[in-house]
Amino acid sequence: MTRNLHLWLIPVLPLIGAAVNGLFGKRFSRQTVVAIALLFSGAAFAMALWVASQFSSLQTPHIETFAAWLRAGDFHADFAFFLDQLSLVMLLVVTGVGFLIHIYSVGYMWEEGGFYRFFAYLNLFMFFMLTLVLASNYLLMFIGWEGVGLASYLLIGFWFTKDSAASAGKKAFIVNRIGDFGFLIALFLMIQHFGSLDFVQVAQQVMPMSPEIGAAGLLTAIGLLLMVGAAGKSAQIPLYVWLPDAMEGPTPVSALIHAATMVTAGVYMVSRSHVIFEHAPIAMMVVAIIGTLTALFAATIGVCQTDVKKVLAYSTVSQLGYMFIGCGVGAFSAGIFHLMTHAFFKGLLFLAAGSVIHAVGGEQDMRKMGGLRTKIPWTFWTMTAGTFAIAGFPPLAGFFSKDAILWKAYSSPYGNWVYWAIGVFTAFLTSFYMFRQWFLTFFGEYRGEEHLDDGHGHGGHGHGGIHESPAVMLAPLVILAVLSVCGGWIGSERFDKFLAPVFHSQTASSTAEGPSMPAEPRKEDSTETLFTGISVSAALLGFLLAWQLYHRRPELPQRIAASLGGFYQAVVHKYYVDEIYATVFVKPLIDGSTKLLWHGVDRDIIDAAVDDSADGAREVSDAVRHMQSGNIRSYAGWVAAGAAVVIFYMVWMGTR
Amino acid sequence: MVPVSYYLILGGILFACGVAGFLIKRNLITIFMSIELMLNGVNLSFVAFAAQWQALSGQVFVFFVMVVAAAEAAVGLAIIIAVYRTRETLNVDQVNLLKL
Repeated sequence: MTRNLHLWLIPVLPLIGAAVNGLFGKRFSRQTVVAIALLFSGAAFAMALWVASQFSSLQTPHIETFAAWLRAGDFHADFAFFLDQLSLVMLLVVTGVGFLIHIYSVGYMWEEGGFYRFFAYLNLFMFFMLTLVLASNYLLMFIGWEGVGLASYLLIGFWFTKDSAASAGKKAFIVNRIGDFGFLIALFLMIQHFGSLDFVQVAQQVMPMSPEIGAAGLLTAIGLLLMVGAAGKSAQIPLYVWLPDAMEGPTPVSALIHAATMVTAGVYMVSRSHVIFEHAPIAMMVVAIIGTLTALFAATIGVCQTDVKKVLAYSTVSQLGYMFIGCGVGAFSAGIFHLMTHAFFKGLLFLAAGSVIHAVGGEQDMRKMGGLRTKIPWTFWTMTAGTFAIAGFPPLAGFFSKDAILWKAYSSPYGNWVYWAIGVFTAFLTSFYMFRQWFLTFFGEYRGEEHLDDGHGHGGHGHGGIHESPAVMLAPLVILAVLSVCGGWIGSERFDKFLAPVFHSQTASSTAEGPSMPAEPRKEDSTETLFTGISVSAALLGFLLAWQLYHRRPELPQRIAASLGGFYQAVVHKYYVDEIYATVFVKPLIDGSTKLLWHGVDRDIIDAAVDDSADGAREVSDAVRHMQSGNIRSYAGWVAAGAAVVIFYMVWMGTR
Repeated sequence: MVPVSYYLILGGILFACGVAGFLIKRNLITIFMSIELMLNGVNLSFVAFAAQWQALSGQVFVFFVMVVAAAEAAVGLAIIIAVYRTRETLNVDQVNLLKL
């Protein structure tokens, strides 16, 4: 008999917090709101830690059915929770980073209006995210999937009086809807062909299929459709456009939802469906190609951004691309490893960026910063840790995970040197734009105005003068900085071994290929070292270039930009992708909706039909109502006339 | 023996008088009496047929009609008094509050 860990409590705890704060928070003091929000998210984290401590004594996968949900014929989907190594990693990342960001938000949002609303949404997000990672079937996962989208929408549009924030929220929601459409179709295909959405049952049915048989087309279709869903949620080409705009939300939201957790849901989903992808090589290849292209594309855009948060946003898109490279070449554990380290260092970078923005009174333009190193030392040092981690300097976290992905991109059976080459070039770009940001923000002379009293969008931050953030914001920064430094020391090998039971089909197939496999890595040890050397030198090159351009010779970038001309302009304008989407998709849709559906169908046909029939009824009534005179004798006359007609009719019928 | 048609013609005349009075007269009490006249026209044809076919049911029906007419007279007169109290007239042309 398996133990009951009451896994359902983990998602439900934040839900209680969200409900209490959301329903009654308006009357609470800020302290009470904070106490409730932290209590419930902290309880979820504590529960997750307890589950982790019990984990070794469990049989995996550990499935707990909380309640029956849908029963329709043979098909059923339950409120059931699924715990294995993969969801345990996700669980700890989500609750841990989530709890830290809750703490940080206390300091960051203290001055803001709608304080209780913010924490209610944040707890609501935790609920849905935990549902997503703990679900034991695709349908429950989809509930979490949609729910985090909702929470994301609410939080991006948190400052809903600002037009750009409101429309960024809508954009995120609509673009995600396109991805969700693909996800849904994939679910329908699974129901039709497998009769189940349960992870275990689907995997059992897919496992015996070989890629050559006729079902391969089906699996490829399911895989591609799942990837469409993942591309929407995890901001991959061609659906990445919402993520940079999502930076309109408060910075802790960008850190939690749009860097550390929600956007990685797509990676998690693809990894969770690894059995399907392993049986559909074409889908795998598409995942890897999309990941590679996105990584490169977003990194190039990131180089030219001037907004602190936008740089990090494109960097997130780019890093998510790395994770998909990992998934696409079959190195799911490497992808998840990068997901975890990325959650640490990108969460850290966003929070540190928030601390910088807080310090300079709401300014987000890096060109108006500079020289902040001595003024906000805590932020500087933590952000330095994050920057070196993402750039891939050993022995920080980003180095291990990125290196694992790059090595697999080359060496795995699905791999290709092209993935690796683009990956290394992207690593160079990553290092370059991150250090560019680092130098622009913390070194040189301060270029902003001394006293910025109007907070850029968030009115609460303008208290004049550059100042370090309060301890409640710095503590999460320090913890995340430590994690960013040490998080990679687990090592990808050990991580791989830990996750092996989840991705066991992979190891099973590799051992099945014969005894030559174990010998191979030893032979390639020197190659691996060489590749590691190359990626580290790429990171170093990026650092040196950024140092040269943005520290030693700050006038150089402008000259280079001028000499690049049109290409530079294209990059600055993000390759005009938003504009292209606007002309190709958005404008025809709006025009079609306005002219054809609204004016043509709705106004001229539907409304017209309703209005005309109402007008007709009124005209007829106008004519008839004069019979209703109120005069008793005229009524009597009508009765008599009617009776006479009946009598004449009967007499006439009788005489015929 | 008087043929049944005579009774029927008399009943018809009585009924027609009732209808005419009902339509022409303005005084509520007169209209009320016209209704009674119509009822009695019908009663006459009932008993005429009852005699013709030697069937008792026609006569039973007449009793029913008379009972209903008596009840109706009680209610109707009460309504007429109520109308007179509020409107201070029994002219039906002036009792037309229900018109549109």
